[in-house]
Amino acid sequence: MILAQVIVNGLVLGGLYSCIAAGFSLVWGVLNIINLLHGSMIILGAYAALFAYQALGIHPYLAVPLVAGVLFCLGYAIQRSVLNRVIGAPVLMTLTLTFGLNLIADNAMIVGFSADFRKLELAHPLGIIDLTDYVDWLDVVVPVDRLVSMSFAFALVLALYVLLRRSNLGRAIVAVRMDQRAAALMGIDIPQIFAVTFGLGAAMAGAAGTLLSLIFPISPLTSPAFLGKAFVICVLGGLGSVSGVLVGGIALGIIESFGALLFGAEYSLTIAFSLLILLLIFRPTGLVGKKAFQ
Amino acid sequence: MRRAALALAIVAAIVALAFVLDNYALRLATTVLMYVVLALSWNFIGGFAGYPSFATAAFFGLGAYGAGVLQHAGVEMVASWLCGGVLATLFALALGAAILHLRGHYFAIASLVVPDVLREIANVSTSLTGGGMGLNIAVFSTDMTLFTRVFYFAMLTVAVATLTASFAVDRSKLGFGLRCIQQNEDAATILGVNTVLYKVIAFALSGAFVGVAGGIYGSWVNYIDPADAFDVLISVKPIIMVLLGGAGTVLGPVVGAAVFLLFEEAVWRNFLTLHEGLLGAIVVLLVLFLPKGLTGYRAVLRGLVPARLRARS
Repeated sequence: MILAQVIVNGLVLGGLYSCIAAGFSLVWGVLNIINLLHGSMIILGAYAALFAYQALGIHPYLAVPLVAGVLFCLGYAIQRSVLNRVIGAPVLMTLTLTFGLNLIADNAMIVGFSADFRKLELAHPLGIIDLTDYVDWLDVVVPVDRLVSMSFAFALVLALYVLLRRSNLGRAIVAVRMDQRAAALMGIDIPQIFAVTFGLGAAMAGAAGTLLSLIFPISPLTSPAFLGKAFVICVLGGLGSVSGVLVGGIALGIIESFGALLFGAEYSLTIAFSLLILLLIFRPTGLVGKKAFQ
Repeated sequence: MRRAALALAIVAAIVALAFVLDNYALRLATTVLMYVVLALSWNFIGGFAGYPSFATAAFFGLGAYGAGVLQHAGVEMVASWLCGGVLATLFALALGAAILHLRGHYFAIASLVVPDVLREIANVSTSLTGGGMGLNIAVFSTDMTLFTRVFYFAMLTVAVATLTASFAVDRSKLGFGLRCIQQNEDAATILGVNTVLYKVIAFALSGAFVGVAGGIYGSWVNYIDPADAFDVLISVKPIIMVLLGGAGTVLGPVVGAAVFLLFEEAVWRNFLTLHEGLLGAIVVLLVLFLPKGLTGYRAVLRGLVPARLRARS
């Protein structure tokens, strides 16, 4: 039953991928900015979790809200001080600006944390669940840490959904996304909403990084890979909805785990990017999303 | 008449440089010329047509690998460079036809991931490209002075060709059409500009010269590997240069390339480990304070001086 194992692996990855892309998609949708800094923020979150565990003994799962809070403040500050100045500027300007910020952040992390790969090893590993113990014919193995991380990731994406749908802040963000001028006329402080939105995107990135630190080795050099996955998920799922991120994330997770089975794990990003280009050529609307022009 | 004399004087000076400068300075000059090629090439699609292309690294790497592989197969050096250019052009035509219907962010992302895909393909096609081990390219002469001069003139030739093409496009119907596309593509279509054709031509132009430059680069440094030839910075640096000098103009990118190299050289020399971070800082400052390039410096000065004082002066 290797098929079942592949699907389970894909779902676990997919949960994490949804979490990676949720903040990226939110920022893209509301601010109309492709945040090339997103990968760096994920890695920064992972390092924060690593240090919180090694220096302060805070378990990564408990560190999720802490790291998310820190990253929120950072994102808020970046938006307020830098990005709010270029809102509405041509795509090239915002892209180049976030690329510059990304160079600064990655360089700072290489100097600060070195380019070595590190992995967060728990003092008490959570072990694995072997489903053959419960169902004879189901030969599937699931590491518990991945399972918990996936649950956390889905919970965070759900929390973002609830925030956007049910709170006044969320309604304000959605209103700004729909029609900026009308929102301003309703008394919404647009720069403030932009900053909060970017902060939320950064918080999601930080939370995703914390969850990833338990599973993948991290290094400042891996930030482009995570950013690339966020691109692919947004195009796969279509832009601008939490459901799109979930569909895109799970789809990418399953595609990658099948790709790893068929071609080998080292091809995962190539497969994802080839898929991205093909989708953009033939179906720029994404699997469920709206029209992806502009 | 005077302009022709001036142009002649400049050409003579540039040729004379090859015999005046020492090898190190000549290497820098060759790099400037390469950057001029990259910046002017990006300007066709990014400056004139206003499409944020990040595909330059794809053309560069294709040119470098195309030429390198052909040289291993016994093709003569200069011919292999030209073949690298042809390969990059053909690829740009196909890619352009496929992704130029996208706009804005979607075009940017599609073009951004293309070099990544090519890099991975180069990484795994070990039998052809040497994979991650890279590809050694034969040194054609061990006389260092001759070697350096030859590559200076090779890069100069490509730079002049790119500049000539830029002038030609600038003054032609093509350049006019591309500017229309940059300002309002839908309106341009209605006015009868064949936008698809124009964009694809601009994209192919942005690949052709970069491909040749990539081929020359490979022979110049004698070694290429996938991470180096398809580096995302090769896509981003020309954009910075064009932004520095002024997008959509012909001489702006040339000035931008020269200024950029001066900056890069100063940083490389003094802050090796902070190189990328400082590059990022320059990008951020450039976008925030000089979005119209160096020619927009007056606007910055105006911003710094209070309006009251300005009125008096």
